[in-house]
Amino acid sequence: MTESQSREVTFKVDGRSLRGRQGESLLEALRRYGYQVPSLCHHEAVSPYGACRLCLVEVQKGKRRKLTTSCNYPLMEGIEVFLDTEQVVSNRRVVLQLLLAQAPAAERVRQLAAEYGVNDTPFEVEDPENRCINCGLCARVCKEVVGVEAIGFSGRGAGKRMVAPYDETAEDCIGCGACVFVCPTDCIGMSETGGIRTIERWHRKLPLKTCSVCGRHFAPTFQLNKFAEWTGLPRGHFDKCPDCR
Amino acid sequence: MESKRLQEIVADHGKDPAQLLAILQDIQQEENYLPKETLKELARELGVPLARIYSLATFFSSFSLEPRGKHICTVCLGTACHVRGAPRLVDQVERDFAIKAGETTADRQLTLETVNCVGACALGPLVILDGEYHGNMNTAKLGRVLGSLKKE
Ligand code: SF4
Ligand code: SF4
Ligand code: FES
Ligand code: FES
Repeated sequence: MTESQSREVTFKVDGRSLRGRQGESLLEALRRYGYQVPSLCHHEAVSPYGACRLCLVEVQKGKRRKLTTSCNYPLMEGIEVFLDTEQVVSNRRVVLQLLLAQAPAAERVRQLAAEYGVNDTPFEVEDPENRCINCGLCARVCKEVVGVEAIGFSGRGAGKRMVAPYDETAEDCIGCGACVFVCPTDCIGMSETGGIRTIERWHRKLPLKTCSVCGRHFAPTFQLNKFAEWTGLPRGHFDKCPDCR
Repeated sequence: MESKRLQEIVADHGKDPAQLLAILQDIQQEENYLPKETLKELARELGVPLARIYSLATFFSSFSLEPRGKHICTVCLGTACHVRGAPRLVDQVERDFAIKAGETTADRQLTLETVNCVGACALGPLVILDGEYHGNMNTAKLGRVLGSLKKE
């Protein structure tokens, strides 16, 4: 952590005076104090991307007051934050209408929208089956946390899609399932049958290793081999599942 | 693209992952498109994930992932060209060469593409054939320009 980030600052939320660290994500600071701010594309472990625009708040800095996404807003001394103002709520409704048009099949989007009284969208629905909101969280986690970068966006604008390269098998994918876990709309999918783990959206199938002690399938062999390669530990180290080690 | 040629291009750019864009431009320049096998090989050569290369390759409209023809005919469909009848020019090429915009003829002679305004609106309707600008296009003129290709 850099020095400027660790500096303590004072800020206000709906008139209440609070403390936080300079440069930290405003959204994370708000959550620490128990404030509820909706979000879909944010995860503390990875860099913010500001894709879903749900985490809107109003921030006043000096004389200027503006609407901003809070996940990628760096906390600074003296700002005043307003949470559910009329501005915020009406803009969030529009954001939810857009998300509904983009990912009409996403349960989580529908729920959130309903909480704001949005049950319909005036925008054009391209694919009624779609659940992906193009938030990029899966790819950020794959790259920044897992260190693999097996997937990414293809195209841009209206044609932008989160895919494995060529929408074929993601050959770099180690099948760890981190992306499946973080996807806010549950549109990646993972299954295990007959000793094979499938990461559905990336068309990746990997045989699972059997624990040499308890005989349980516990992780893709490919993933364990990668771990051995990265850590320099002997492959034998990964013959047993974490419980039997 | 031959592996040897790819390695040369990569070496020309110091085998530097930061030069990815320039390397892709060189491949596109020589092949008229970015072949899948070449990109997979490039990922291994540079030690860059294929996902990153693929994202970049699909982001810029100047790259093509599909084979393109020996000749590229680009019709501007920007507003100024559009109102002066550019869509009719697209129709004409589509009909004469039996391809749709974005496609390449089976003999790999011609690819038809469209763009939105290249900034030469005063010349509209504008057609760019193999990099050369042809302004004030009409169906008769376009027929003549493309006719020379057909005879090749
Ligand atoms: S399962 Fe594959 S794509 Fe998903 S985070 Fe792990 S390595 Fe990346
Ligand atoms: S698959 Fe999930 S995590 Fe990835 S971009 Fe789509 S919604 Fe976001
Ligand atoms: S959580 Fe801030 S934009 Fe998505
Ligand atoms: S609209 Fe064709 S060049 Fe501008």
